[in-house]
Amino acid sequence: MTGLPFELLSFGPEGWGQPLLRATGITLAAAVCGFTLGSGFGVCGAALKLSRHAALRLAGQIYTTVFRGVPEILVVYLFYFGGSIALTHLMNLGGFPGFFSLPSFVIGVLAIGIVSGAYQTEAFRAGFMRLERGQLEAAAACGMPPFLRLRRIVAPQALRFALPALGNIWQSVLKETSLLSVIGLTELLRQAGIAAGSTRQPLLFYGVAALMFLVIGKVTGLAFARVEHRLARPWSR
Amino acid sequence: MDWPFLLDTTLQLLSGVPLALQLAALSLTAGLVLAVMAQAAMVSGVAPLRWIAVAYIDLFRGTPLLVQIFFIYYGLGQIPAVRESALWPILREPYWCAVLALALNTSAYSAEIIRGALAAVPLGEVEAARACGMSGLLLRRRIVWPIALRHGLPIYGSEAILMVKATSLTSIITLTEITGIAHKLIASTYRVVEIFVAAGAIYLAMAFLLTLVIGLAERRLNAHLTHRRN
Repeated sequence: MTGLPFELLSFGPEGWGQPLLRATGITLAAAVCGFTLGSGFGVCGAALKLSRHAALRLAGQIYTTVFRGVPEILVVYLFYFGGSIALTHLMNLGGFPGFFSLPSFVIGVLAIGIVSGAYQTEAFRAGFMRLERGQLEAAAACGMPPFLRLRRIVAPQALRFALPALGNIWQSVLKETSLLSVIGLTELLRQAGIAAGSTRQPLLFYGVAALMFLVIGKVTGLAFARVEHRLARPWSR
Repeated sequence: MDWPFLLDTTLQLLSGVPLALQLAALSLTAGLVLAVMAQAAMVSGVAPLRWIAVAYIDLFRGTPLLVQIFFIYYGLGQIPAVRESALWPILREPYWCAVLALALNTSAYSAEIIRGALAAVPLGEVEAARACGMSGLLLRRRIVWPIALRHGLPIYGSEAILMVKATSLTSIITLTEITGIAHKLIASTYRVVEIFVAAGAIYLAMAFLLTLVIGLAERRLNAHLTHRRN
């Protein structure tokens, strides 16, 4: 099957437009879910690293060192193979014989979440460190309980300080989703590979995939810049 | 944990270290040359050259490395001119495709690091040098480049560590470096945790050693500042 690029990318039954668009959606969904999960891990990691107890600090340190130092693809393999082994084991123990595995989307989101969480830990921690100690002391002196302090004083400011770093992490999360193609998730890169294989037009389809990543990255980058600008408003004079 | 298995795994994985380091070293060297060229194009003052450099840097920083690897590995062969060129026996090899993709990728990031390092050179120092009568290459060689090098080195160090990590992606185009071996071992033994621990430890050790080397180089370059610290 050969044809003009225009026909190959069309949305008709002969074209690859629709599968590619769906794959773009999966890429976006995986990136958003992974990043959000990573934010959860990041907040927990930052809390660990800022803890008063040395053991918790050490745990946080080990988490960030390991998951920032080991290639993402290894983590993806760990979750892919390890996840199904653990689940099969668990189900067999529970009386369900056979082989079980998690959907690749779930595994991918978990892997991306835990890796980006390690990077986000550093972003949140740095954001917290930039808070003025005096404000925390003043809030405590006013009698604010810890949670209220967190909500009113700590979170709004630390988040704003962390935002530029979070924007960079989002960009790498977006690109990392391409690694999930190796565990069978039909995201943008894998879909491009399938199309390239069946039409023998790898240049075109990998080019389209690259372009999609570029466009998503640019658009979301602009969105981050806008939010950053907005959050900076209370501080601008 | 099964220690003999862990030891055996580690030894097998270690056999992939030379390839990984070779890929990283080759692509970092080629990438640095390309980065210097891109940076020279950026400050050349010729608008089209600058546009090309900006587009080049944006393109390689904005797309996943894996897409770049696939584009080069599967895509280049589609162009008849490439297939008929003298370079084809080289570009057909996954090894050289990997080096090319990694080099292009890191060059875009390195160009940005160089730009940042040059921008961090204090204007006062340049003015002082000009006032002393230095200009052109002499000014750059004596003042701008040494200062920029000291600014850029720590950041370039983390880029080098990222590249060592990035070599793991070449396993997807059949290169048997550390991750490639790990994948094979996992698929044949299904002992994921031990293999992950062993492979992860190797990557962490490489990153640690690189950090140490960069730290040493930094300390040497900044030896004249040591008395200021205390």
